[in-house]
Order: sequence, then structure tokens, then C-alpha cells
Amino acid sequence: MNDMTRRTCLALSALAPIAVAALTQPSRSDDSVSSREVIRDRYFPNLVLTTHEGRKVRFYDDLIKDKIVTLNFFYTQCEDGRCPMATANLVRVQKLLKDRVGRDIFMYSFTLTPEHDTPAVLKRYAKAYGVGPGWTFLTGTPGDMEQLRRKLGFSWANPIRDARKASHTGTLRYGNEPLQLWSACPALSKPEWIVESMSWLEGPKDQRAS
Amino acid sequence: MLIQRVNRLAEIARRNRQEIIAAALSRREMFKLGLLTSAGYLVAKKGLSARVSSADDSDVCSSPPTRAFVELLPTPRDGTMPIQTPVPVSALSPAPAVNPVAGEGRKIPHQAFTTFPPQKYYGVTQKAGQVSVSPDLPPQNLWGFAVGTPSMNHPISVPGPLYVAHYGEPVLVRNFNQLPTANGGFGKPSVTTHLHNGHTPSESDGNPIDFFEIGQFYDQHYPNVLAGFSTQPFAPTGDINEAMSSLWYHDHRVDFTSQNVYKGLAGFYNLFNQFDTGDEGTGFHLPNFPQFDIPMMFADKCFDRRTGLLFFDLFNLDGILGDKFTVNGKIQPVLHVSPRRYRFRWLDAGPSRFYQMFLTDLNHLSAHNLFWQISTDGNLLPNPIQVESIRLSVAERADVIIDFKPFAGRTVYLENRLVQTDGRGPTDHEIRGAGQGNLLLQIIVDGPTVGDGSVDPATHPTFYSLPATNVTPRVKRTFVFSDSGGGWQINERFFDGNNPRFLVQQNTVEQWTFVNDGGEWEHPIHVHFEEFQTLRINGQAPATSPLVQIGRKDMLRLEADASATVLLRFRDFLGKYPMHCHNTIHEDHAMMLRFDVATLGDTKQNP
Repeated sequence: MNDMTRRTCLALSALAPIAVAALTQPSRSDDSVSSREVIRDRYFPNLVLTTHEGRKVRFYDDLIKDKIVTLNFFYTQCEDGRCPMATANLVRVQKLLKDRVGRDIFMYSFTLTPEHDTPAVLKRYAKAYGVGPGWTFLTGTPGDMEQLRRKLGFSWANPIRDARKASHTGTLRYGNEPLQLWSACPALSKPEWIVESMSWLEGPKDQRAS
Repeated sequence: MLIQRVNRLAEIARRNRQEIIAAALSRREMFKLGLLTSAGYLVAKKGLSARVSSADDSDVCSSPPTRAFVELLPTPRDGTMPIQTPVPVSALSPAPAVNPVAGEGRKIPHQAFTTFPPQKYYGVTQKAGQVSVSPDLPPQNLWGFAVGTPSMNHPISVPGPLYVAHYGEPVLVRNFNQLPTANGGFGKPSVTTHLHNGHTPSESDGNPIDFFEIGQFYDQHYPNVLAGFSTQPFAPTGDINEAMSSLWYHDHRVDFTSQNVYKGLAGFYNLFNQFDTGDEGTGFHLPNFPQFDIPMMFADKCFDRRTGLLFFDLFNLDGILGDKFTVNGKIQPVLHVSPRRYRFRWLDAGPSRFYQMFLTDLNHLSAHNLFWQISTDGNLLPNPIQVESIRLSVAERADVIIDFKPFAGRTVYLENRLVQTDGRGPTDHEIRGAGQGNLLLQIIVDGPTVGDGSVDPATHPTFYSLPATNVTPRVKRTFVFSDSGGGWQINERFFDGNNPRFLVQQNTVEQWTFVNDGGEWEHPIHVHFEEFQTLRINGQAPATSPLVQIGRKDMLRLEADASATVLLRFRDFLGKYPMHCHNTIHEDHAMMLRFDVATLGDTKQNP
């Protein structure tokens, strides 16, 4: 076997496993992985966070799993006029949802400045806005909060835009984890429209009022 | 010493790679194995994810390898894309009526049911089913449309069945929702089907908030009538110059459109008349349907690496890209053609990718392979325009005539050469060199030599004239498309499906200016109900070539920092319609508004 042929063979044998897989294993699927697990693994890291009450919680296990939720990012010192308006708007949403918040709907707001927004700061912020029970403000290590932001897609392809914290405060994600229903709307949408959007998460019995 | 060694390793690597290509595996075979991109690079580990550059992000889009050009393109000519067939009205119980009947999700009476009584009735059933997209991936659990009522129990197809409709022949489609509650990861089993862009009464248009639920049905009445039928000078038949040819239907469920369409809820609707007949012996002599007239739906997709199943990036705001390119639901399929003229009806079904389509012969990369564009957004142009490429943004359509006679015995490709690295839009409008883009469809010109009675576009045939634009609009409105830190806006307001932003006065002309207030995103803007004509783009008259902008359209490709002014006639029907960005991610995140056509309009200039 001359040198050139040997190199060719080596190169081809390196490719062979992929080629064989592509040709002979049409079903290369791992059936043991459910779509719910795919979503969890891609988007919901089970990070330890701290609530505005000072309680340690796990993001997936304690906040998301088996629940209908809203998710948004904010920071208490945001000077962009829209952030305080978003929080105020969500307070109106909470009032419209009444006692469902905390019972079958859970609202979560994650800080973009965990260095500043300690549980005590978050607690004061929640109180100042008249936030009711069932809506939790959360902080964590800067690395974890950044990871969470990116995993949840509060991010932009443009790095300059992405570096601006206020650019992540305009979206409210809403979802039903067990039904794998996820969408989003602007945090400043009319409160009535947000409440209507939340009603779409309720599964098969959901019927739109005429 | 060390430097010499590094150089030597590099040289070995380079030669190895050359030898792989030169040796046993030809370039063609490596394509088939999915080991080589059309650009000649070994397949990158990471796909074309919008967020792949983010350091700590997992690969959002990195599909398993698939072979290219091993499966046939589904077409209506051999039934692999089913053609819808009517049912007797007795198959629909309770019988369709003006007012909603028992079991129906519709809440609004039909406004034109007695004026244009249906001559044909169809059933269509939305349900889940297993569909193959590639022999190298497991069967996919998709949602699709099945011909007929639920009891007929036909399988779904993706794309859905093709409707063959005719002007002057009103139809009624009873659309059944038999989708499952369990969605397999994405999709909302609550639907509303938009006929894009029929001259359709509001209650049958598939409005985003007219969705209906599992177990319900919804009767959609398509009059198949020309715009302008209710007023002079075109009453009672309407303006022939408003005739449309290539429409498509897709789900439009508010906030879930992108997921539901990605999951399969889309199909074609051809509308023929006495000129565009589907018979090359009559009318405009366009190629025979279905033998030489083939719809093509382009959609890029992601498949999960572990499961091999279709994956939708739920949490992305810019727009989402796939690394697998499907045509009519198959990854990089093959089409066999005869050496003669064909009509292809191209559609970019999104969710966020822009294409620039070229005809590429990999053995003659320097050749400029010209073809003829005969329509914009499914509406025939005044005459064919010779082009080398066509750009399509999401939901844009183009009908083309390609003569394969010069390619007899050869193989050519439909190739997308537009560079796009994230969901915001084309990246710097960069066009790759021939053979370095995405090979979407392999076309083998090995069919039998057959007669060709279709018109030669080089003889400059004429189709419809463009409606006059020298009319005075009743009102001029401006719409600014912008973002607000995560919420997409039109005129700094978000979508509210329950309240109209403004009122258009029935049977009047309006002038709308679209402004893209930002340098980042391109927005393909869609106006429901009426086709428009572009008066100006960035202050300039629209171009004829190379990127055809004249003609009647329902999609406006609004580039970054661009503006465009269009003229619209709102005629015949009343009710609510949306206008929105058709990057379906933007649409689902509130870049949409509702306007109502009413007997008395308003004059809001910045609604």
C-alpha cells in the first residue's frame, strides 16, 4: 500500500462510522427522550435561585415543573422608562387574574442585576409596586442569572443590543409546562389581552368567549 | 524544528482532505451522505443557529446528518401531493348555512353565502400523523390537513392537499379540528386557517382570533370572485386585472402561528380562470397542470440531535433558522423532468428565512442560467421578466417558467445563495458563488422528450394589465415597524385582536407607507384581503429587474431602514383583517394590527 493510498484509507475509515449510521440506521432516534425532556434540557436549567422572601428554590423543579407560569426579566434600577411600566402593567394583570395567581398560575420576575438586587432589595421593590402573593421575584449568582437569561431566549443576535439590559425587559413569556405550550407577548400589552393570552394555556377545555 | 513539524501536519491535513474528495467518495456521494455542504466544506458540527455564537448556548439547531437527493419531490402530478376532492353536501351534517351551525367554531354569519352560493363542498381534517421527511430520520409526528371529513379517515400530508379552484366557482370548505391535546413539544391545537391571499370575506379569511378548538369545525366560504365585483366600473364580474393564480393556506392562530405552520399546517390553493387555465392549449398557454405545473414550498427545519424529531426553538425573538432545507416536506428532494418548459410555483413558507433562488449546474458553475418570472405573490405580471435569480422573503411567492430543453440529459439544482446567519434577515445581502449555497432541489432532466405547447416567454406574451395607480387615495396612512426591548411594534403599539386600530372605508382607495425604523431586522409585511401595488421604495419607483418589484403583491419586503409606499383598493367585503410582519416569530410577538373594513372609515394617519 503506498503512502497516498494509506492516507486515503485512514481518512475514509474516519468517516465510515458516520456514513454507516446515515445509511443503515434510518431511525437513529432515542425514543426514551420525551419532547418534554428535550424542552427541559434545552431551556430549563435546574439552577438554585433565591426568592425575594430569601427562600432557595430550584428553577425547574420548584418554579416551572407542572405549572402554568409567566416569566420576565427586569431590574430594580432600570432607568429605561419601560421597565417600571412593565412591572406596573403586570400588577394590573395579577389583579385581573385574582386569586388564580399562586393557585394555578405562577408569575416569576428575574433580575438582570443580581449584584445589586438582593432578596431584601427585591422584597422592597415588590412591596412598592403592590405585588400580591403568587408572584415571585428572583435573584442568584451573576453567572446563573446570565445563563438563565440566555436559556430562556431573552437574548438578541446583535451583541450590542444584547449587552443592553433594558433590551431584555419588554417580553413576557407565558407557558404551560406539562402541556408544552409556550409563547410570549409584550410585557406592555393591554392587561386584558395578556389575561386572554393566559387563558389559551388551559388545554382542551379552553373555549374562547364569544 | 517545531515549526517544521506543524507545517508538515498542516500539509498532511490539507492533502488528506483533497484526497477524500478526489478518491473513492466523489463530491456527489459526499453530498448524499450529508458529509459535505454544497460549498465543499465538511459538514460543520454546529448548524446555522441564530444563537450559535453565544458562548454558553447549547446548539439550538444542529440536526443529525441526512442524505440529500434520495427522495422524490412530492407533486400533484403523481398524487404524492394529494389534490383536494369535493364531497357531496350531504356528507356535511348539519348542512352549511349562513349562520353558524351546531358544532361550528364560527361565530359570525357568512356575508356572501347567498350572493355566491357554493358550487362545490370540501371537507378537510386537521389531525396528527406520521410523516417521513428523510429516510435518515425517524417518522415525524406532524400536524397536517387530510382530504375529506374525519370519518373518511384519509392520512394527512405535509404540505396539505392542493385545492384546484376556479374563478366563478364558489366553494365551501368544512375545516375540522381533530388535533390531539398532546402536542409533542410545540404547537397549539386550536387553529384558524388563512387563505393567503384570497379576496375572502372576513369570517372566512382565517383571522388570527377566529380560532376553533378540538372537536369543532369551521365553514370557510371562498367565493373565488374577482375584486371589484360590487361597484362600477367592474360590477358585476370584478376586475380581471385583479385575477390571482397561486395562493396558499396556512394556520394563523394568534401567538402560535409560527409553531403550527412549522408543524405542518400549510398547503397550496391554485386559482384558475379562462386565461390561466391549466391547459397549455388555451388561454395564456401556460404549462399543463398538473404534469408541467408544480408547486414548491420551501421551509427550513431543525431536528433534535438525540431524538431525530422536528424541533422548534420556542424561545427566540429574532427569528429562527433551520439547517435542513425541505421542499414540499422532504429534505433536499429530487425531481425528474422532461426537456421542455415547466411552471414552478415557489413559496417561502418560513418561518424566518429569506432565499435567493438560482438555477445551478454544478458542472458549469460560471454559467448564468436564466429563467422567466411570470408572477409576484401568485399574481401574473403584465409579461414575463427574464431573471437569473429571485429573492423570496417569508410568504412571498413567485411563479417561474424554466425551459429544461437546454439541460437535456443533465442535472441542475435549485440553489439558495443568499447568506443568512440569524433570524433577523439576510446577512449584508451577501450572495454566495455558484455551488456554494444551499442546494434545495435536484432536478434531473432525464424524462422522455414530449411535446411542448406552452407559450415561449421569449416571445413576450402579455398577461393581465396592472390596475391604474393614478387615483387619489381617500387617506394616506403611515406604519412604523420597530421594537421596544422585546416587543415588536407597529406605530409603537402592540397587537390587540379585540379592537381595530383603524377603519378602512369599504370601496375606497388608501395609500399606506411602511417604514422600518431600525437597521437590524427585515420585515416581510403582509396585508390581508387585498393586493397592493408598490408606488415607491425608498423614494424610488419599483424595479422591474433583477429583483422584480412591480406587479400586484400582498407581501412587502421591508429591508432595514427602508420605507415603501403602496396603493390598495378595499372592495366588496366588510369586517376585520390583520396586517402583520410575516416573519412568524415577529408576528407571534405582537408585530400585527387589526383593521376593519367598514361602511364608514376613519382618517387616522398614524393608527
